Amino acid sequence: MTPRKDLLDIQSLTDEEIEFVLSNAVPFKNLFKRSVKKVPTLRGRTVLTLFYEPSTRTLSSFEVAASRLSADVINFSVSTSSVVKGESVLDTISTLEAMRTDYVVVRHSTSGIPNLIAKNTTASVINAGDGFHAHPTQALLDAFTLREVFGDNLSNKRIAFVGDIQHSRVARSTNLLCRRLGMKTAMLAPSSLIPRNHPPEVDIFNDWTSLHAWNPDVIYLLRVQSERQNVPFFPSLGEYHKIYGLTDERLKPIRDRGLYVMHPGPVNRGVELTDNVMSYERSLINQQVENGIAVRMSVLHWLRPGSLE
Amino acid sequence: MPDPAPLFDHQAITQRIERLANLIRENHPDGNLALVGIHSRGVPLAERLYALLKPHFPDLELGRVDISLYRDDLGNLATIPKLIGSDIPFDLDDKNVILCDEVTYTGRTTRAAIEELLDYGRPAKVEIAAFIDRDGREFPIHAAYIGEHLDILPHQRVQVRFTEVDGEDAVYIQDHDIRRPS
Repeated sequence: MTPRKDLLDIQSLTDEEIEFVLSNAVPFKNLFKRSVKKVPTLRGRTVLTLFYEPSTRTLSSFEVAASRLSADVINFSVSTSSVVKGESVLDTISTLEAMRTDYVVVRHSTSGIPNLIAKNTTASVINAGDGFHAHPTQALLDAFTLREVFGDNLSNKRIAFVGDIQHSRVARSTNLLCRRLGMKTAMLAPSSLIPRNHPPEVDIFNDWTSLHAWNPDVIYLLRVQSERQNVPFFPSLGEYHKIYGLTDERLKPIRDRGLYVMHPGPVNRGVELTDNVMSYERSLINQQVENGIAVRMSVLHWLRPGSLE
Repeated sequence: MPDPAPLFDHQAITQRIERLANLIRENHPDGNLALVGIHSRGVPLAERLYALLKPHFPDLELGRVDISLYRDDLGNLATIPKLIGSDIPFDLDDKNVILCDEVTYTGRTTRAAIEELLDYGRPAKVEIAAFIDRDGREFPIHAAYIGEHLDILPHQRVQVRFTEVDGEDAVYIQDHDIRRPS
């Protein structure tokens, strides 16, 4: 496979590239069974994490992935950097370029910032979430998890995204990738949280009963992103939970039908799901976290820093 | 394109692998052995040696290593390798490990394989079994068991083909300007 400089979204990946990243993640995951979980592949390279938004699992997942490839990892803490003094993104990148960073993992609340950075640095840029736009490594780890459960051919499987789809870059990227892999997809949310420009082939539902009639194999819960909701999209979190949350009552038919449950985290317990859902036997939430490291190792192994594009 | 006239055919290859197995038996009367093939053509070599040695060493183990993640030239590669993954399904600690490869040349592949082995455990001893050994070392690597040494020119290339991977047993040299082995 020819190396690529950046990973910015799912759209720009070819089918062959998607297959390459997913299939290479399998031996990376097998490494985790060894006593020494580290390989020397990126020895001497530097991976810089540049998170303008708070993150726990994506940030630590990239840190672990880079460490297991023997790269040096530098966490650029935005809250204690000159960014709070008004330094622009490009000035920050110029500084990082002078430090000869090889990979930049960036998260930003504004869509398109990773693309801007990629055009201005020779380092490989990986989009770790930008605005409402994209979160490609989350989509790839979700696809990897689905293939672990259902096998490589996902073409007859159905996945339903439930929750705050409007503000979810995860839903955008994962929905897109699931469809690329042949899955049927649906969305369940209050009308105010369904994007107006959703793909026409996605089935839209407003209640659990009609969603169950659609016969999904996987329920993909999304976090209610209160921090992104500058106007109220529903009356209250309590009411949201009552109508759209995965409650104990709604878990029963999911259990009876043998459905799988996924969530990208972090979880708002008591909002999009209850504690019992977390311990549900077909919850893939922890598997998603473990797979995230393997898939991100696969991505870092594939990308190559180089000249400006 | 490979030369249509192979230097060794199936019979010659089988004889040399049997000789390798006999040498290993003589050197390891007490067993405690593991054969580890280096992906990709070291794997069929290890499997054939395993078939010959297993009746004599019931505790003989078999594994394989894919050294793609241990190469020192990844940044220079025009294409990124598809990973096969390593499989060492036994405890390496205190085993006498014999690394099997079809050709030992610069020594870089062997170095990478040894480095990977050490991430799996602490073998008592590591030796190398090479079907073909040729000049051109860049690292101080020594094969303990050699099927054949070929004294060929630096620009010439040895291609060992095994039925399991290539559909035929044969050894080719890319041009015929060689001193054939006695």
